Amino acid sequence: MAAIEAHELCRTYKTHTGTFRRRTKEVEAVRGVSFTIEPGELFGLLGPNGAGKTTTIKMLITLLIPTAGSARVLGLDVVKDAREVRKRIGYVFGGERGVYERLSGYDNLRYFAELYGVPPKLQKPRIEELLELVGLKGREHERAEGYSRGMKQRLHVARGLLHDPEVLFLDEPTIGLDPVGARELRSTIASLTAAGKTILLTTHYMFEADALCDRIAVISKGSIVAEGTPADLKRGVGQGSVLEVEVYGVDEETIEQVRRLGGVLAVSVEEREQAQVLVVQTQAEVELTSAILGHLNGGQVGRISQREPTLEDAYVALVTEE
Amino acid sequence: MSTLRLLGVGWYFQFKMILRSPFDGIGNVLYPLFFATTALFVFRAGQSPRTLVYASLGAAVMGMWSSVSTSAGSAMQRERWWGTLELLVAAPRHFSLVMLPATLGLATVGIYNLAATLLWGHFVFGIPLTITHPLLFALSVVGTVLAFGGLGLLFAVSFVRFRAAWVLGNFFEYPVWLVCGFLVPLALLPGWVRPISWVLAPTWGMSAIRESALGGTPLPDLLLCLGLGAAYVALGVLVTDRVLYDARGRGTLSLT
Repeated sequence: MAAIEAHELCRTYKTHTGTFRRRTKEVEAVRGVSFTIEPGELFGLLGPNGAGKTTTIKMLITLLIPTAGSARVLGLDVVKDAREVRKRIGYVFGGERGVYERLSGYDNLRYFAELYGVPPKLQKPRIEELLELVGLKGREHERAEGYSRGMKQRLHVARGLLHDPEVLFLDEPTIGLDPVGARELRSTIASLTAAGKTILLTTHYMFEADALCDRIAVISKGSIVAEGTPADLKRGVGQGSVLEVEVYGVDEETIEQVRRLGGVLAVSVEEREQAQVLVVQTQAEVELTSAILGHLNGGQVGRISQREPTLEDAYVALVTEE
Repeated sequence: MSTLRLLGVGWYFQFKMILRSPFDGIGNVLYPLFFATTALFVFRAGQSPRTLVYASLGAAVMGMWSSVSTSAGSAMQRERWWGTLELLVAAPRHFSLVMLPATLGLATVGIYNLAATLLWGHFVFGIPLTITHPLLFALSVVGTVLAFGGLGLLFAVSFVRFRAAWVLGNFFEYPVWLVCGFLVPLALLPGWVRPISWVLAPTWGMSAIRESALGGTPLPDLLLCLGLGAAYVALGVLVTDRVLYDARGRGTLSLT
């Protein structure tokens, strides 16, 4: 039995425009998403903001009802068996919300332990064990309002693990964390997989997905555009190469002209200190350096380099495809 | 047993949060004193000490009710702002059992309101603090708190479904003062108002508190108050699943 199965999941939202003449508009957030995650697997769901990652997770953790399609977690239907699903899953999201700031970290865990039905005798040792695991030991009796973002994030992780769930949903858990905090959290996630937990992780950070995930699905505009191991996805653009051109002020029109060149797979712009870097993914057999420089004619150009594609390039190529 | 434990632990932490809220704290300290002062100035014209005790008890229950009607709404709004509402819904326990301790916590603040009002009336306006049946008085106060908590649950469940419903909490604050006879005897109200008063537990809670303080027979009123409170809880539990299903369908749980 698969740990998580999503079959043609769809979700639309109604939004309103106007104040006096209100009009209702339907937005398709998720359009027919399907995937299967095996027990013990760490599955990554990657996609840009608004791609439908969080909406997909919220359907799987029973907070949203799918408009169409179905999903099962450990064989239980997420709509019909919602309460049974909730007993077996943990949910951790990124950011500082989701914490009772007027309570201490310990009291937060104590309250949620009760809500998640942790037997009274097990609560204390379980909380102690988790405080140790997430590195909050010694600070647990301070009010959460005084915690740093990283500490609140670690408190989230401890809360999500209180009832020792078989399946964990981690929605951008490292967002906004400093590099050390993010690295520690990644190591905690890796140890959870080693302990046999099934994890569905969403993240914006490609190196994180590359380092942690057994398999990845890339979601764009509500649909899955690629699925496979990190190596599979890299191979998808592996036949090509990446040209990086340092520029100082490039406009949208120029980027569009470069994008239209034959042999160009994807174009993105990264901000690096005072400069911008135009990242152009091309097919392997084409040489486009002079053509690209021709379009940048008139603008100041700095260093030019060529390299092998990374998972991030694969991701950019997938989510920028029309 | 585990349900009682959940209610107890939930009440403890919710009450702890209310006590640590500067906004709620200042409101809860000052409002009862305003209510008591206004009511006692109005009723002092009557010259009768019994009328003043009547008004003092009415003002006390006004404070209790205000604590529940306005705070239940803002408490739910806060759960939305804090991003904890989704976590409460995602918990495997029945949502009504998660919410009831929160509304009971708010109603418990009402005990302070009652004590503060009576002491303010005593020390500032010289109203005698004589309770004819102390035990029945205490039971009436506890019964009223429980019934208010039950009514608060109904409010809270509607706040989960309708985001703007917390405004209605404020709207209900003043009419209930009148309809439930906190300041004016029910006999003075128009006949068509009476059925509304009868289905509201605060009417019977108020009456039980007055009867026990002034020397009457509070038990029938107390039983009615508790019965109605239990009915509110039962209704709250029954509609919770439907309301949550609807909120999950509309995707409004994460909205602030």
